[in-house]
Amino acid sequence: MKRRFLALSAGAVALTTAMLFTGCSTSTPSTSSQGAPPPKVAMLQKLGAGEGQLNLVAWAGYAEDGSNDPTVDWVHPFEQQSGCKVNTTIGDTSDAMVQLMRTGQYDGVSASGDATLRLVYAGDVAPVNTKLVPNYATISPFLKDKSWNSVNKQMYGIPHGWGANLLMYNPSVVTPAPDSWSVVFDKSSAYKGKVTAYDSPIYIADAALYLMTKDPSLGIKDPYSLTQKQLDAAVKVLTEQAGNVGEYWADYTKEVQAFESGTSVVGTTWQVIANLVNSDAKVKVDTVVPKEGATGWSDTWMVSAKAKHPNCMYKWMDYITSAKANAQVAEWFGEAPAQTLACKQTSDPAFCTTFHALDSAYASKIHYWTTPQKQCVDGSGKSDCTTYAQWVDAWQKIKG
Amino acid sequence: MARPVAPRDRRGALTAFFATRPKTRLVLLLGAPMLWLVVMYLGSIAVMLLSAFWSVDGFTGKVVQSYSLANFAELFTNPLYGTVALRTLLIAVGVTVIDAVIALPLALYMAKVASPRVRIILVVAVTTPLWASYLVKAYAWRVLLAPNGPIDWVSGGNSPGYGLPATVITLAYLWLPYMIIPVFAGFDRVSDSLFEASFDLGAGAWRTLRSVALPLVFPAIAAGSIFTFSLTLGDYIAVGIVGGKTQMIANVIYGQLVTANDQPLAAALSLIPLAAIVLYLLAMRRTGALENV
Repeated sequence: MKRRFLALSAGAVALTTAMLFTGCSTSTPSTSSQGAPPPKVAMLQKLGAGEGQLNLVAWAGYAEDGSNDPTVDWVHPFEQQSGCKVNTTIGDTSDAMVQLMRTGQYDGVSASGDATLRLVYAGDVAPVNTKLVPNYATISPFLKDKSWNSVNKQMYGIPHGWGANLLMYNPSVVTPAPDSWSVVFDKSSAYKGKVTAYDSPIYIADAALYLMTKDPSLGIKDPYSLTQKQLDAAVKVLTEQAGNVGEYWADYTKEVQAFESGTSVVGTTWQVIANLVNSDAKVKVDTVVPKEGATGWSDTWMVSAKAKHPNCMYKWMDYITSAKANAQVAEWFGEAPAQTLACKQTSDPAFCTTFHALDSAYASKIHYWTTPQKQCVDGSGKSDCTTYAQWVDAWQKIKG
Repeated sequence: MARPVAPRDRRGALTAFFATRPKTRLVLLLGAPMLWLVVMYLGSIAVMLLSAFWSVDGFTGKVVQSYSLANFAELFTNPLYGTVALRTLLIAVGVTVIDAVIALPLALYMAKVASPRVRIILVVAVTTPLWASYLVKAYAWRVLLAPNGPIDWVSGGNSPGYGLPATVITLAYLWLPYMIIPVFAGFDRVSDSLFEASFDLGAGAWRTLRSVALPLVFPAIAAGSIFTFSLTLGDYIAVGIVGGKTQMIANVIYGQLVTANDQPLAAALSLIPLAAIVLYLLAMRRTGALENV
C-alpha cells in the first residue's frame, strides 16, 4: 500500500508539473469551429514488422523505463517483445509537445486535449487505424470518438487515461457534506481562511462551470469559452473567494500538508491527493463530484504524420493500452486507465473504483481542460472569446 | 643531479615567454572569466532587454520580433504590477532591516568579545544552515508557522500564520548568514585600539558603539544588505511555500513566462527588479560598500 502511494505521489509530481506548466489539458473544441477539415494524412493500413526504433514525446511518468524507480518499468518489456528500442523525450508542456512534434523527428506523442486538435489541424498527426490496435476494442466506450481525439468519427489517437478535479473536504469540519461548488465560492465565508484553490489561471474554468448553473443568464455554455463579460463574472466570483482563501496550491504536496495540518479544510483537488491524505491517516477527507460537474483532463496517444517508425508506434499504442501496462501507468501516474481490462490488473484491486475508471456517468460530468482561445472552443464558431493570456492576467489580478 | 635541472629549464623558458608578452598573459588569465561574464551573463541580460520590446502572437503563441513599447506601457498602466512591485520592495527592505538588526550585535560579539574558540564555533553555526537545502529550510518554516504548529503553541495562538509576515520571517532567516559574515568581517577589521582610545577618552560602551564602531562597519552592513535585498527581490519559491496568497514580482514574472508563455512581457517585468537593484547598488556605492563585498 505504502509503495503504491509512493508511486502515485511521484506520478502526481509529474502531473502537477505538467499541469502547472500548461494548464495541461484537454479540449472540447468541436470540429465545426475550425471550419476546414484537417489536411489529408495517410493512415496506416497494414501492420508491418517493427523498425527497431521508436521516438516518443511523452508526459513525465507515461513511459517509465526503471530509471526513476527500478520497479517501475514497462518500457523494457515492450522493447523485448516488440524489438523496438524506445527513446523518450519528456514534454514539459502542451506547447512544448506541439513544437517537438512539428520537428517531424518523433513517431508519437501522449497529447492532452489542448494539444490534440492543434496537431490534427496542422497535419502533424495521422489518423489512427484502430483495427491495427487490438486493445482499442476494450477501451472505455465513453472515451471513443470524442471531440478532442477524433474528427468525423475518425480516431486520431488511442485514449490513455483521464481524471477529474474534485471537491475535497474535511468532514469533521465541513458539515453538512457539500454537494455543490458553492461551498468554495459564494458560501466560502463559512470557512474563511481555510478554503484552498488550485493556483493556475485554468482554475477560472471552475468558477465558470459553477456560474453555468448558478447564473444561467450569463449564457456560459462551455467553461473554456468565455466572453469578456463572462470572464469578468467568473473573476468576480474568484475575487470574492480570494478573501476567504487561506492559501492556493499548485504543488500537490502542499495541499496534502495543508489538509493534514488543518490549514485547509475544503477546496479543489485530485483523487491522488485525497488518497495520500487518507493513507497518512492524520485527518480523514472525503471527495465529491459536485452537482455542477467538474473540470478534468484526458490524454491520447497520437501517431506523427512523418513517423519513421510507424509500425513500432502502433505496437506501442497497443502495448501501452494493454491491460497490464495501462494498469501500471495509471497507478504510477494516479489517473483512471482508459483500458477497461486494466482494472483487473491493478496492484490495488479497488484502484478503478477509487478513480471511477468504468463509470461513464462520472466521466460525462467532466469538462476536460482546454486552453482558451479567441476562436471559441465550444464549437459555436464565434471568435469573441477571451484568450489564455487574458486568463493569466485575470488570475494574477485575482491574487492581487 | 642532472634530472631536476631539465624541468627547471623548461619552466624558465615558459616564464621567459610570458615575461615578454604581457598581452598573451592577460588574455590567458582573464579570457575564460571575461567570456563567461560578457557573453553568458551580460549577453543574456541584453537579449532579455531586447525581447522586452517584442510581442507574442495570440494565436500561435510564437514570439513576434517587431519593436513596440506595448509591454512597457502595460507595466505602467496595469495597477497590478505597481502594487506587486511595491510589495516586493517593502518585503526586501523589511528582510534587510531585520537581518541587519540581528547581525549587528551577533557580529560584534563574534569579532570583539568571543574567545577564538567560541568565535570559530559561532562562525560554523552561522554558516552551517547554508549547507542545508533552501527548500528544506522553507518547508521547515512552513511547519513551524502552521496553524497548530510550534510557533502557534509557544506564542499562545498568536502565530502569524501564512502570509506576508511569514514571508518576511522566512526570507530573513534564509539570508541571515549573508548579512552576518560581511558585518563580522567589518568589525574584525576595526582595530581594538580604536575602542580602547574611545574608552580612554571617557566614552561609554553605547557611545563607543554609536560613534566609533557603527560608522566604521556601516559599509559592511551595506555590503550585506546588497545580498539580502537582491536575493529577496528575486525570490518566488519561499513566498509560495509560506506566503499564503501573497504574490511577489518574481511570481508574476514566472506566471507570464511559464504559464502564459508571454516571454516578452516577462522580460519587461524582469526589468523592474533589475532597475531596483541597479539603483540600490548605485546608492550603496556611495557608502563604500562595494569595496567591502
